[in-house]
Amino acid sequence: MTVFQPSDAAEAAEVVAWAAAEGQPLEIVAGGSKRGLGRPPRADHQLDLSRLAGIVDYDPAELILTARAATPMAEIEAELKAKRQMLAFEPPDWRGLMGGDGEPTLGGVLACNLAGPRRVRAGAARDYFLGFSAINGWGEVWKAGGKVVKNVTGYDMCKLQAGAYGTLSVLTEVTLKVMPRPETACTILLQSMADEIAIPELLRALNTPYEVSAAAHLPAPAARRSAVEGVAQGLGAVTALRLEGPAPSVAFRAKAIESLLGHGLRLDAAETERLWAEIGRVRPLLPSGARRLWRLCPTPTSAPVVSNALRAQFASAEAFYDWGGGLIWLSLEADEAGPDGGASRVRAAMREAGGHSTLVVAPDDVRARAAVFEPLEGALAALMKRVKNGFDPRGVLNPGRMHEGQ
Amino acid sequence: MITMPPSDQAVLARRAEIVAALRRIVPGEGVIDAEHERRAFECDGLTAYRQLPMVVVLPETTAQVVEVLRHCSANNVKVVPRGAGTSLSGGALPLEDGVLLGLGKFNRILEIDIANRCVVVQPGVTNLGITHAVQAHGLYYAPDPSSQIACTIGGNVAENSGGVHCLKYGLTTNNVIGIEMVTMDGELVRLGGKHFDASGYDLLGVMVGSEGMLGVVTEVTVRVLPTPPGARALIIGFPSVEGAGDCVAAVIGDGIIPGGMEIMDRLAIEAAEAFVHAGYPLDAEALLIVELDGCEAEVDHLIAAVEAIAARHGATSCRSSQSEEERLLFWAGRKAAFPAVGRISPDYYCMDGTIPRKRIGDVLLRMKQMEARYGLRAANVFHAGDGNLHPLILYDANKPGELERAEAFGSDILRLCVEVGGVLTGEHGVGVEKRDLMDTMFNEIDLNQQQRLKCAFDEKSLLNPGKVFPQLCRCAELGRVHVRAGQLRFPDLPRF
Repeated sequence: MTVFQPSDAAEAAEVVAWAAAEGQPLEIVAGGSKRGLGRPPRADHQLDLSRLAGIVDYDPAELILTARAATPMAEIEAELKAKRQMLAFEPPDWRGLMGGDGEPTLGGVLACNLAGPRRVRAGAARDYFLGFSAINGWGEVWKAGGKVVKNVTGYDMCKLQAGAYGTLSVLTEVTLKVMPRPETACTILLQSMADEIAIPELLRALNTPYEVSAAAHLPAPAARRSAVEGVAQGLGAVTALRLEGPAPSVAFRAKAIESLLGHGLRLDAAETERLWAEIGRVRPLLPSGARRLWRLCPTPTSAPVVSNALRAQFASAEAFYDWGGGLIWLSLEADEAGPDGGASRVRAAMREAGGHSTLVVAPDDVRARAAVFEPLEGALAALMKRVKNGFDPRGVLNPGRMHEGQ
Repeated sequence: MITMPPSDQAVLARRAEIVAALRRIVPGEGVIDAEHERRAFECDGLTAYRQLPMVVVLPETTAQVVEVLRHCSANNVKVVPRGAGTSLSGGALPLEDGVLLGLGKFNRILEIDIANRCVVVQPGVTNLGITHAVQAHGLYYAPDPSSQIACTIGGNVAENSGGVHCLKYGLTTNNVIGIEMVTMDGELVRLGGKHFDASGYDLLGVMVGSEGMLGVVTEVTVRVLPTPPGARALIIGFPSVEGAGDCVAAVIGDGIIPGGMEIMDRLAIEAAEAFVHAGYPLDAEALLIVELDGCEAEVDHLIAAVEAIAARHGATSCRSSQSEEERLLFWAGRKAAFPAVGRISPDYYCMDGTIPRKRIGDVLLRMKQMEARYGLRAANVFHAGDGNLHPLILYDANKPGELERAEAFGSDILRLCVEVGGVLTGEHGVGVEKRDLMDTMFNEIDLNQQQRLKCAFDEKSLLNPGKVFPQLCRCAELGRVHVRAGQLRFPDLPRF
């Protein structure tokens, strides 16, 4: 295996042009922290973009940040924090989840379209992705979008690159919309609600004008694993609602939410930060050991039904909910999940709910066998394939990372 | 003036046959053939461009849309989709040899799902119609293009429409979560739904803003939001536009994202004040309107914060709305800016570039120089938070050469937007209007890559051709894999 480490986009383009000409598939990596996400790589060579790092332009008053794709998230977040800004989609730290020690990079976050708890109100990485430079599967350097927050010139190619796992182009430089960091935050904890009660309550809270910025439900076992005292020491399940903004506004809205849903424990800003980072990291709240981890995105109201169906299928099932029920993290014992990681039974449980599911954590051989992402069918599958061919007809960019041939 | 793709004479020769076939698919009054009736569809909101369509079809069901597209695809007939026809960039400009596919009869709200905060509608429902359907539940649909009373959600999807509130609440793309669409070859595809994200490539994301060139949308699921309990507005006068721009930067730098933030220049202030009597300061060179929304505690807190910032940035006047009536009056002037300008000039031409806001001073100065060069005036209204500039060029179409001068002036403004680091269009779309300026922003490789996406959806380039791209798609050529083996030296790069 050859590892290419280009020092700039032009060199990277040359590698891709060579790969396309020779029919040599490339695995696209930078920090490598999410190498285990998706189907296992089947490329003979690695295109390592680590040297394409660094912030190119950050203008807080314009709400714009441009950086090379392999800029470490730690650097981005430190710069933003110094100017009291943030990435509103709250990219979670999945190092513990994926079990690697690589450095998460901005390009990786965008390529995987990651989003944390604030997704429920603010959107995902895709919603803040404004423009980029990239290399297509011919080895051509191309760009799309712009460096301003409002732009409809040409097709919105940013959406297509977000969540394409590097199979459509190699991102080399990206521009994002950034947002002000809220002045303060608090979390309201409600105790001991069953899933069937908690999810409708979360959705009710999201329907109020009190701007709930995150809404999660931790069944008792998940809550007990929390490192946040107020969560772990409750008697059972914990339902959490986050409010963010100027201090007088947060105080007012917290009171309003409590008068609607009942009084619970309130976490201060520091504990709030710890709790939601933990929810974003996922792993601390689920059992350790040989497990398979699924990420399910059902229609939010269906979440408790999906959970019940899963518990009927798997004695070892453990789960918690984020995004007001729109996200379920499910952990299954490896043996019980079986050779496909539980794929057929998980997807059967999801069928009625609508939505999609992803096998996030499982050994390579399981992820090679099972459909890691929700399988696509019919006209849609054919369309996706034509889209892939329009960017990478030789199939040299992360081949098979998402689906067979994609 | 822009040239459209040459008409297909073979198709025009078979016109009667095509009309008859379409009548078999859409019976009754759904196929419009008579010239005087087709006339109503000859242009959209960009009225300088007109073309009588070959035939107009107004289907009522998705099955009919599928059949119409299948028939057109099989017979190499071009199709131009149309919503309410309010596009300001000519996105729905018909073709002489094309079917104009109007989705106006798709006007039903299919489902209101309060718990999941979404509404499923047909594409011909108006933008404001969605808000009306859910406002009794304390919800609303956030993107608010100024044509919202008339424009349809299908058109909003095609254009990725914005509005005054999009800095805080996002564009159409951030508020649409699912669609059903039909491809040019008549395949029905569903993208997204009531859930978050979806499996596979984000085709929904790329459909939004694709200007009717990738597919015909037959159903839309939108996210609706809780209506903010309150809102108050400030009108702040400044001795210069730069001063107003600096104040905007300071507001955002202070961590405040207002619901709306607009700048008007002197000419726009004068025109609006004469028309609406909103109490705008006539001694100011620039007027900043800032709206803060949210719960009462937040609004009052932020109004005070913005007032303090304005005072520090040389504001010559500052008033906050004391009632809902007054807030609406503050906005009435801004919202009536276009018709107000229409009162002081026989015609006006509305532009839509976006610039980095810090360049507003230079851009307006250069526009003043252009005014002198072209002998035309321009009034400016400006979505200040996101740098989206709407210069209104005043002209008189009855004076020979003025329309051409206005268009040349407009093109120069857009080139300037790109030159200072901005883009050609912030919310109106490229359409035909800015098509031939695309190469100021993108090179051939960039445009080829955009067109390869078009080829994946519409290989024969039959859906809304002649829009957005200066050159028609050559899908076969673009898809070819140029094997350059042997010509490339093996890259001499660090490896380990």
